[in-house]
Amino acid sequence: MNAPLRKVAISVLVLFTLLIVNVNIIQVVRAQSLRENPRNTRVLTEEYDRERGAIVVAGNEIASSIPTGETLNYLRQYPQGPLYAAVTGYYSVLFGRTGLERAENPVLAGTDSRLALRRLGDILTGRDPSGGNVELTLDPATQQAAMDSLKGVTGAVVALDPSTGAILALASTPTYDPAQLSSHDPAAMRAYAESITPPEGSDQPDPRINQAISERYPAGSIFKVVVSAAALASGRYTPETTVPAPDQLTLPGSSRPLINYNGESCNGGADQTLIAALTTSCNTAFGQLGMNLGENAVRDMADAFGINGKGFDIPLTVAPSTIGDVADDAALAQTSIGQKDVAVTPMQAAMIAAAVANDGRLMKPYLVDSIQAPDLTVVDQTDPAEMSRPVSADIAHELTTMMTSVVDHGTGRKARIDGVEVAGKTGTAQNAGPDHNWFIGFAPAADPKIAVAVFIRNGGGTGGDTSAPIAKAVMEAYLNGQGGGG
Amino acid sequence: MTGPGTDPRVGAAGSTPTPTRRGTELALLGFAVLITLAAQCIVDLTVTDSLSPELATFGTWFTALWVVAHVVVRRFAPYADPLLLPCVAVLMGLGLTMIHRLDIAGDQLGGKNSGGEDAPVQLLWATVGLALFVAVLVVVRDHRVLARFAYTLALVGLVLLAIPAVLPASISEVYGAKLWIRVAGFSIQPGEFAKICLVVFFAAYLVDKRDVLALASRRVLRLELPRGRDLGPVLLAWVASILVLVFERDLGSSLLLFGIFVVMLYVATERASWLVIGVILFSGGAYVAYQVFGHVRVRVDTWLDPFAYQDTGGYQIVQSLFSLGTGGLFGAGLGGGRPDQVPVAKSDFIASAIGEELGLFGLVAVIVLYLVLVERGLRTSLVVRDGFGKLLAAGLAFAVAWQVFVVLGGVTGLLPLTGLTTPFLAYGGSSLVANFGLVALLIRISDAARRPVAPPQATPPKLTDAPTEVVRP
Repeated sequence: MNAPLRKVAISVLVLFTLLIVNVNIIQVVRAQSLRENPRNTRVLTEEYDRERGAIVVAGNEIASSIPTGETLNYLRQYPQGPLYAAVTGYYSVLFGRTGLERAENPVLAGTDSRLALRRLGDILTGRDPSGGNVELTLDPATQQAAMDSLKGVTGAVVALDPSTGAILALASTPTYDPAQLSSHDPAAMRAYAESITPPEGSDQPDPRINQAISERYPAGSIFKVVVSAAALASGRYTPETTVPAPDQLTLPGSSRPLINYNGESCNGGADQTLIAALTTSCNTAFGQLGMNLGENAVRDMADAFGINGKGFDIPLTVAPSTIGDVADDAALAQTSIGQKDVAVTPMQAAMIAAAVANDGRLMKPYLVDSIQAPDLTVVDQTDPAEMSRPVSADIAHELTTMMTSVVDHGTGRKARIDGVEVAGKTGTAQNAGPDHNWFIGFAPAADPKIAVAVFIRNGGGTGGDTSAPIAKAVMEAYLNGQGGGG
Repeated sequence: MTGPGTDPRVGAAGSTPTPTRRGTELALLGFAVLITLAAQCIVDLTVTDSLSPELATFGTWFTALWVVAHVVVRRFAPYADPLLLPCVAVLMGLGLTMIHRLDIAGDQLGGKNSGGEDAPVQLLWATVGLALFVAVLVVVRDHRVLARFAYTLALVGLVLLAIPAVLPASISEVYGAKLWIRVAGFSIQPGEFAKICLVVFFAAYLVDKRDVLALASRRVLRLELPRGRDLGPVLLAWVASILVLVFERDLGSSLLLFGIFVVMLYVATERASWLVIGVILFSGGAYVAYQVFGHVRVRVDTWLDPFAYQDTGGYQIVQSLFSLGTGGLFGAGLGGGRPDQVPVAKSDFIASAIGEELGLFGLVAVIVLYLVLVERGLRTSLVVRDGFGKLLAAGLAFAVAWQVFVVLGGVTGLLPLTGLTTPFLAYGGSSLVANFGLVALLIRISDAARRPVAPPQATPPKLTDAPTEVVRP
C-alpha cells in the first residue's frame, strides 16, 4: 500500500500548494483592490479612528471632529452647518463625502503628502495620527450677509477678492444642515435626507446641489459686459461710440424679431452710445453689436473671461460655463444678450466682474487659503494665480466707467452704496419658467476690494430689483468689515 | 517521503536503541506554548493597552494541558511521532488567541461577533478534548483492537451522521445546514465524531476486502476496472454522502466523507480506477445536486462570482476576501485589524482573521503547520507494519488534509463555501474534542510504527518447550 500512499502524500502537497498560491493571489495581487473596495468598511472605520482635521474660517472651526468612544470614534460637527453647507459639504458614513470634505479629504484625513513628515513624527512619538486643518479664504460677515439675503429664494452669491481670486463668500440656497447627514445614526440620517429631497417631478432644487458652482444658467444681460469688452477690444468702439438701438431688431432668417425687456424702447428707437446701451441694458443694441463684431470676437472674449467650456477646481469642482454653439447671425444676436445657449455658473459671473475690477486680469478663484498641520503650523499657502488677461487695463477702466453708469443711472441703481462708487451690471434671463435675476459688480469702483455675482433662480422680477440689493448688502458687509467704507 | 532505508526499525537491529524523541517533542511544545502566550500578550497590549488578569490563568491552564499531554504520551506512547503534538499545540494556541482577540472586539465594538467570552469556553473544550486524548491513549494500547469494533463503529458513525437529519430543524439547523444537535445550550456537531468512526470502519473493512476489491475484470484505457458486483461499497458510500447532502444540506461533510472513502479505497487496492470512478460519481452527484437543490446552486453561483451577490449569499465570502486583502503581506498585526467585520469569524472564518492580522506570512505558516501534521500522519502510515494501521493512519491524516483544503479553499474563494470547521483552530467544541481523538489515534499508530521490533530470537524454542506465558494486561 506504500506506492499509493506516496501518491496521496504528493497530492496533499499539491492541494496545499494550491491553497498557498490562492492566498498569495488574494493577499498580494488583489490586495490593493480589495482594500480599496468601497464596500470594505475597514478603511472607513480606520478613517473614523483618527481625528479628522478641521475646516476653519477666520479662526473658527466650521467643521470639526469630536471623539465619541463608539465604533466610529470621531463625530463630525458643523457648528454653523447651514451657513457653510455649500462649502463644507458633508461627511457621511451613509452618503459619502461632498464639498470640501471630499475635495480636501487627503489633508483632513491626514494622508496628504504635505503632511507626510508630520505623520512620520506621529508614528515615531506614538501619538495618534490626526488630520490637517484647512483654512478658508471666506469672510464670515460676507458669507452671513449673502446667506441672509438669499433667505427664501433659490439662488447663489459668489464674492471674490478681485486682486487675488480669494473667495470671500460662496452661498447657495436652499441650504441644509450637513451635521444631520454626518451623524452616526443611519435612521436619522436617512429620514433627514428624505426630508430635504424634493418630491419626484417637482422643479424644486435639491439643497445638496451647489447653485454657485454646480449649476449653469442663461447669463442674460450680464453677458453684455463681455460683448462690450469685445467691442472695445476690437478698437472700433469706445464707450461713446453710437450704436443702433431700434425698438425691434429683425434677425436674419428668423420671423421673430429681438425686442427689449418688456418690449420697452431704449432711446426712442434712435441710436445711442455704447455706455448708454449698457446702462439701459438695451437688447437690440447688443444684438446688433454682436452681429457686427462677429462670432469669433464674441467667442474669443467669452473664452478669455473663462466661459470656455472647461471646468476648474477651487478645489470644489466648478461646472464648465459655455456660450454654446452659435449657428447663425440670429443665434449670435441672441447669444450677445446672454440668451440662446449661453450657460454660466454664478462663480463664472463673479469672475467676469472680478476680471474687470482687477485691471483686466482674471485671477483664479480659490477657497483654501492655507493647509495647516494639526498643531496649526502652516504647511502650504495658496499663492494667487492669474488665469487669463481678457482685456487691457485701459479697456478694463472703460468697462468700469460703463458699469458705474449702470449703477449710478441705469438698471443697477439698487446696488448703490452711500459713499462708495459701485460698478455693476444687471441681468434678467429668460428661461422656461419665471426669469432668472442676475447682478454682477464690484466696489469701490476706483479701487475694487470685492467683486460679486448674485443669482436668483426663477426670481420673476428683474436683476436690478431683486439681485442688486443683495449685491449691495454683501459688498457693504465686506467693506464695513474691512474698515474700507470710504 | 521516508524510504525504506530510513525505516526506524533498522535501528532496533543495531546496537543503539531507537530514540524516543520525547525531548524534541517537549522542546517544541515549550516553543508552541511560548508563541501562544506571546501572541496573547500582544493582543491584550494592542487592543486594551494592558495585560488582562485572566492571562495568568490562561497561561497556566494552557501550559498544563500540554504538560499533561506530553507526560501521557511519554508514558503510554513513548515512540510516538514528536511533531504531531507540537503542531496541534501551535494551531490550537493561535486559534485560542484569535478567539480571545475577537472576544475583546465583540465587547468593545459590539461588532458582528459580539456575545460573550468564547475563549474560556474553547479552553474548556480543549480540556475535554485532552481528556479524550488521554483516554484513547490509555485504553487503546494497540490500535489493532479497534478493527474488532469496526462494524459497531460504523453503526455509531452512521447514527451520529443521521441524527441531525432526523431531528427537527429547530434543534439541528444553523445557517441553513442541518448538522447540529443543540440541547440545553450546547451545540454538538456529531458529524465530526462520525468522521473518525467511519474512518476506522473504512480501514478495517478495506483491509479485509482489499484483495477482492483489487480484482480487475476489464482493462479500459489503461485502467483496471473492478468487477461490477464489487462496486457495492463505493456506491453505498456515494449514496450515503448524497443523503447527507440532501437531508442535512451539508455540502462539506458530504464532500469530506466521500473523498476520504475513495482515497482509502485507492490506498487499500492500489487501483487508480477507484479514484476515477469516485470522481465520476461525485461529479455526477454534484451536477444533479446543482440542478435540483436551490441551496447548492446558490453556493456555487456565489462561489463563481461572490461580488455579484455581496449583499446576500456572497456577503460572508466577500467580507472574508476584504479581510484577507486588507491584511496583505504582513497583516495588520494581532489586534490591529478588523477581523470582527467578517461574520462568524471565530469559527468558519478564523483563517480570514489570521490572514488579516498575521498577513500572508501568518496564514501560509498555518497552512504549512497543517501540512507538517498531515505529512507526519502519512509518514506514520508508510512506516507502520500492519495493514489496518496503515489504512487508518492514512485515512485520519487525509481526513485532516481534505478538511483543511475544503475549509480554507472555501474561505479564500477557491472552492464553494462549506460548513466544515478548521481543525484545532476554529471555535467549536465538537470539532476540537473529535480532533483531539483523531490525533490520539495517530499518536498511537505512530508509536507502534516507531517502536522497535522485539529482537528475533536466534533459535525459536520449540513450542512444546516454551514456558507458559504470562499474559500481560
